[in-house]
Amino acid sequence: MYKIVEKQQLSDIITKLVIEAPLIAKKRKAGNFVIIRVDENGERIPITIADSDPQKGTVTIIVQAVGKTTKLLCSLNKGDYVLDFVGPLGEPTPIHNYGTVVCIGGGVGTAEVYPIAKALKEAGNNVIGIVGARTKNLIILEDEMRAICNELYITTDDGSYGRKGFVSDQLQDLINSGIKIDAVYAIGPIPMMKVCANVTRPYKIKTYVSLNPIMVDGTGMCGGCRVTVGGKMKFACVDGPEFDAHEVDFDELIMRNRTYVDLEKISDELYEKHVCKLEGVK
Amino acid sequence: MTNPLKPSERMKIPRQHSIEQTAEDRIKNFFEVSFGLNEELALIEAKRCLECKNPVCIEGCPVRIDIPGFIKLILEKDYVGAVNKIREANYLPAICGRVCPQEDQCEIVCLLGKKHEPVAIGKLERFVADYEMANNLFETPVITNHIDKKVAVVGSGPAGLTCAAELAKMGYKVTIFEALHSTGGVLRYGIPEFRLPKKILDIEVDRIKKLGVEIYTNFVVGRTATLDELLDEWGFDAVFLGTGAGTPNFMGIPGENLSGVYSANEFLTRVNFMRAYAFPETDTPIKIGKQIAVIGGGNTAMDAVRTAKRLGAEKAYLIYRRSRTEMPARVEEVMHAEEEGIEFLMLTNPIRIIGDDFNWVKAIECQKMELGEPDESGRRKPVPVQGSEFILEVQTVIEAIGQKPNPIIQATTPGLDVSKKGTVVVDDVQRTSRPNVFAGGDLTRGGATVILAMRDGKIAAEEIHKYLQSVEAKKESATVNK
Ligand SMILES: Cc1cc2nc3c(=O)[nH]c(=O)nc-3n(C[C@H](O)[C@H](O)[C@H](O)COP(=O)(O)OP(=O)(O)OC[C@H]3O[C@@H](n4cnc5c(N)ncnc54)[C@H](O)[C@@H]3O)c2cc1C
Ligand SMILES: Cc1cc2nc3c(=O)[nH]c(=O)nc-3n(C[C@H](O)[C@H](O)[C@H](O)COP(=O)(O)OP(=O)(O)OC[C@H]3O[C@@H](n4cnc5c(N)ncnc54)[C@H](O)[C@@H]3O)c2cc1C
Ligand code: SF4
Ligand code: FES
Repeated sequence: MYKIVEKQQLSDIITKLVIEAPLIAKKRKAGNFVIIRVDENGERIPITIADSDPQKGTVTIIVQAVGKTTKLLCSLNKGDYVLDFVGPLGEPTPIHNYGTVVCIGGGVGTAEVYPIAKALKEAGNNVIGIVGARTKNLIILEDEMRAICNELYITTDDGSYGRKGFVSDQLQDLINSGIKIDAVYAIGPIPMMKVCANVTRPYKIKTYVSLNPIMVDGTGMCGGCRVTVGGKMKFACVDGPEFDAHEVDFDELIMRNRTYVDLEKISDELYEKHVCKLEGVK
Repeated sequence: MTNPLKPSERMKIPRQHSIEQTAEDRIKNFFEVSFGLNEELALIEAKRCLECKNPVCIEGCPVRIDIPGFIKLILEKDYVGAVNKIREANYLPAICGRVCPQEDQCEIVCLLGKKHEPVAIGKLERFVADYEMANNLFETPVITNHIDKKVAVVGSGPAGLTCAAELAKMGYKVTIFEALHSTGGVLRYGIPEFRLPKKILDIEVDRIKKLGVEIYTNFVVGRTATLDELLDEWGFDAVFLGTGAGTPNFMGIPGENLSGVYSANEFLTRVNFMRAYAFPETDTPIKIGKQIAVIGGGNTAMDAVRTAKRLGAEKAYLIYRRSRTEMPARVEEVMHAEEEGIEFLMLTNPIRIIGDDFNWVKAIECQKMELGEPDESGRRKPVPVQGSEFILEVQTVIEAIGQKPNPIIQATTPGLDVSKKGTVVVDDVQRTSRPNVFAGGDLTRGGATVILAMRDGKIAAEEIHKYLQSVEAKKESATVNK
């Protein structure tokens, strides 16, 4: 059992949880994730480690409520427990001093790119941040990103905050402005990562993405998380989750992630009904 | 009591059969297929043993159980004595009685089997173990000797559980580290409930805990802490690695990444370990087509295809590229699968999986094979028959074509010798290239059996004991010499 020691609502649907897990707090590096199972009947889901405090023995995760398990997780409060919390999993991000690196976070992907941006900054890079979301109140970690980035750009699809448009538009502008970009990290929804990869491809800028296939064990034992990179089969949980964006077959990943949509909907509806009942009782 | 019957009379008794659920019933549930022998049947079966002067069955058993010895105790109705006799060599009799391939081990050499059917050794083993469980007769051994040394056991499959139990009985402080959220390895996530009820595994694990063994789940050695950290920072004096061979192989044919294609490991893990059969009461989903195909001929393939049938597949095909006699699966399970209406497509090799517009599997293309010259394994090599391609309509494809060791520990442990196949290299007493690291089970064999994993765990425990004693002796002589 792993205790939630802090909870903060970052937006309507995005929650930050600080969880007691001293061993993971001590070992984790940028790019690592954990697998969480909330309760006995729960699914195992992967969530990136956004931050950690080795002294306090805590790990921070930032979760967007999209379906049954993430909604349940976000409904937990300070003092509650999650049943299973295992990690740190995945290969950590190789941190080099590239020179200038653009770190892009789309939606909850900002939580995943933040630890990488922080580590790259600590390694001496000039870090340019781009944080985007559909609309203003979905922008997360703006202050945290601002604190570590040399420059920070905000985009929203509806123009309610920052520049109107996509993160990839901002990336294209940066390239067009002629500054030398040595590497790009882009993490967010798969279509966003795909577009960013397409933007940098003609300029041969090293671009990395963190893939989010459906996982079960997270230790290389099921092959459910397999993705195609450079024409080869890779298990994202042990070979990744970070890969060379120019080699990734994004379309296949989009298709594979749809495998259970109908069942996920059933699960989600049952959960919503259950929550409604509870609220009715209150 | 000795057997009152003359050998000629014993030989006339036919082999007794387990009571089983009918095929029709059992494909609708996940309960155990076989209920085993009852006391009456077990007593008849035990009478069949010839009590040979030179009991070859013992030679056939990888852990050398005193087979005629325990059978004799059954005749005396001393069932607890019998199970304890087995336990001298095998710490998990209720499990082995269910899943061991006796037909290739003790029963194949049983003298009675020369002219008649062999003694049903496995069923007798299961009977006494179940009897003890049902009547709560197990007594936790009292450990009188305590040794002030710590051993880490990595992985809680049969190899790790056995090694831990043996070391704990010797008096060591043992901690098991398990990556998943629950113990048992393949016994829990792979072998289905209908062959090995989880309740039995729970009881066995509980007994091991009662020996004082500590178990950490959710602990991936190589990630949560490395093997060297366990030795240097956590203060363990030796480590046993029993991390199995859990990484699935894929065939490498087109269409493998379509939705609806699973490795048997993923499929069985979802259903057995995450209990997807109870979705949406449980949260892990599984999807199964009306027509499904499983590729492979081993126990894993058999378990996957029978599980798919129970999840409602109307047509469940088993596709295997060699012929039936070459199938490595246990004979009993092949028979069970056949009774359950599994359709066997032998000498058939898949060449392509075909998807629909939504990237879902809709069919699999296969070709017929024929047996050619024997290959390295001594089995005749299947070769394709030209122009024999055909298409089978299926919506789910499960690949069960073998597994290799999980690479995490090998990749994070300097100085550990690993073979080309990814298995950890050990000598005949389970020692690795690192002096205080021992290994066994599927991790060193690359996909074998429960009993061989247990054997390795036991031998490693004895060797760890020897090693730690010699370290201690060296220390003592060093202080004396000072
Ligand atoms: C390496 C990695 C890191 C991630 N980090 C974060 C993070 O920091 N914050 C965050 O909010 N989300 C993160 N995710 C995504 C998160 O795991 C999914 O949103 C979550 O599993 C959805 O579960 P659900 O039951 O709430 O929704 P569901 O309704 O079950 O699923 C919604 C969608 O999520 C995906 N999904 C479903 N089950 C799984 C599963 N077992 N594993 C992976 N994806 C699944 C599918 O594409 C599905 O269509 C990460 C995913 C991966 C692979
Ligand atoms: C579906 C299926 C059916 C089978 N049927 C039979 C049968 O009928 N009869 C038979 O004799 N054999 C059968 N086998 C084979 C048998 O199950 C294996 O040979 C046996 O389980 C091997 O035992 P093990 O202890 O070496 O490893 P495993 O049982 O694989 O256990 C290894 C454990 O180590 C854990 N682990 C892995 N890496 C780490 C790490 N880095 N840190 C911590 N823990 C880790 C794993 O999670 C797992 O729990 C079957 C196998 C399968 C897959
Ligand atoms: S070989 Fe068969 S008949 Fe002989 S002792 Fe063993 S089980 Fe009994
Ligand atoms: S999640 Fe099972 S192999 Fe990656």
